[in-house]
Amino acid sequence: MQGDVIKIEEKDRQKMDDIGFNTDEAGRSGSFLMENDKVHHVSMKQEGVEMLSIKDALVKYPELNERMWKLVDKDKDEYTKDAYEDTQSGYFIRVKSGVKAFFPFQACFFLKKDKIKQKVHNLIILEDNAEIHIMNGCAAASYLAEGSHIGITEMYVGKNSKLMYTMIHDWAKDVTVRPRSAIKVEEGGTYISNYIALRDTKITQMYPAAYLDGKGAVAKFNTLVMAPEGSVYDLGSRVFLNAPETRAEITSRSVSKGGAVIARGHLKANSPGVFAHLECDGLMLTDGGVISAIPELETKYADVNMSHEAAIGKVDEEQILYLMSRGIPKNEAVSAIVSGFMDVKLLGLPPALEEEIKKHLKVLEESEGI
Amino acid sequence: MLEIKDLYVSIYGTEVLKGINLTIPDGETHILFGPNGSGKTSLLMTLMGYPQYKITQGEIKYNGVLLNPLAINERAALGIGVFFQRPPIIKGMKLKDVLTEIMKKSGVDINIEKGAEALKLNGLIGRDINSGFSGGEIKRSELMQLFAQNPHFVMLDEPESGVDLENMVMLGGKIRMLLGRGIKKEERKKSALIITHTGYVLDYVDADAGYTLLNGKIQCKHDAMLLFKHIQKHGFTECELCRET
Repeated sequence: MQGDVIKIEEKDRQKMDDIGFNTDEAGRSGSFLMENDKVHHVSMKQEGVEMLSIKDALVKYPELNERMWKLVDKDKDEYTKDAYEDTQSGYFIRVKSGVKAFFPFQACFFLKKDKIKQKVHNLIILEDNAEIHIMNGCAAASYLAEGSHIGITEMYVGKNSKLMYTMIHDWAKDVTVRPRSAIKVEEGGTYISNYIALRDTKITQMYPAAYLDGKGAVAKFNTLVMAPEGSVYDLGSRVFLNAPETRAEITSRSVSKGGAVIARGHLKANSPGVFAHLECDGLMLTDGGVISAIPELETKYADVNMSHEAAIGKVDEEQILYLMSRGIPKNEAVSAIVSGFMDVKLLGLPPALEEEIKKHLKVLEESEGI
Repeated sequence: MLEIKDLYVSIYGTEVLKGINLTIPDGETHILFGPNGSGKTSLLMTLMGYPQYKITQGEIKYNGVLLNPLAINERAALGIGVFFQRPPIIKGMKLKDVLTEIMKKSGVDINIEKGAEALKLNGLIGRDINSGFSGGEIKRSELMQLFAQNPHFVMLDEPESGVDLENMVMLGGKIRMLLGRGIKKEERKKSALIITHTGYVLDYVDADAGYTLLNGKIQCKHDAMLLFKHIQKHGFTECELCRET
């Protein structure tokens, strides 16, 4: 590894690599690393982007308190309460008006101490005409048995700004994960969420909400998830279309390898003249797992275009036989189909980053025998 | 050489092939005619090893190897390939991914971009395979996959269906190339069995023989072009060619 900017313990390197956290900061505009309950590293190279630990930020800019706990209700559940009462850290990012960060910013939330409870609060503010891609790699050390992560993230996307928010999770068998995120998008703004998780967790539960408050605002949620035996992924996305010409798309691909996936999606049109679509596909690789697709569409207006598609099944025999007829053995055909199903192209990433994410996905897939 | 002896096949309990005998020597291209439902596609799928087609009697040998117990991919590994009429869509799997997987097994090394250009598939290699492909695009995609696989015995199920005349010239030329029909007769190695309704493909592959399949049985074997013209005139019901010979 060429000249690490971020010092980490050698035994943690592989895990961080796997989730796309580059300790040499290659191809990144900055980094935030939190290990257990402490901030381990903070750096920012991009001009016009400010990044601090949340505690430092609130000391430096007390007015930020106005933005805290506004999108996420602190009394929502026991986890938000817990995070409210005992916030350990998190990051604050502000992208100034007109600034478009070329390289993604990377953040990593890492659990390495057994039975650790990590409680995080992040605040992201994009002023107007700003753009950034935030990549969050969240993982448990390979030697960690048990732990938990609660993450509150409040995001404000200003006029004509674009926030891409990618999360790659790689936890462990007895780790519970409860992100609580909410996003407010102003006129002409775009929010894109990409979520990837393919390995063990005890339970990962989240149901982020996007509020499209300005005319023409857009939200997209893309999810690629695979649940190994014993794991539960209860994932959903909610979009409130509160202004005309807003648009929401939820796309999820779930694979059960014996684990449970609940794929929720709720689209609510509070304004006429909006477009919303939800697409949810599930693949059952074995019996014994669960995939539950729960799409909801809701409106009081006649002039809306809202739709959903959902399909769940095993890997289609015709597809397997087709590949076999070209000389590909059955097990490899199934792997190739599942790997294709976890389609990175859905994420709409820039090409270089798509290649990178594809590589991470491949590593995760191979570790799961796909 | 492909040898089929006394082959009986059932699908979901219904007998579809009733005693097929057929030999295709190396280097030869044979044509299969027959009305819809006569068992043509069933024969191709049985030869490839599709599990719904249950062999109740008889045997299939390719280059002396008994195919009956072999899985589809094992038959493909022996050099058998199919050009499908209605291939399935695979969500998320791109045409180029499929080509890459095929070449890993076949050892063929084709530059995917250049090959796609030659077959007018440029815009499709990054798309989910067969998803939203037009009739002609499906044919060209099948063809490209077969070039990547390079089988020595190829079965083509109506390669010209849904293809306009302009594209037929290109497709016909490439099929001719795939089957190695351009080389001298005595040096040809590749063999093929082609199902055709329109007969267009005959203009490109100068077939060695033709058969009609009726009710799961081969009725007669003649010169392919002669037989095709006869069927055009008289239909499948009676074969005067047989009476003449």
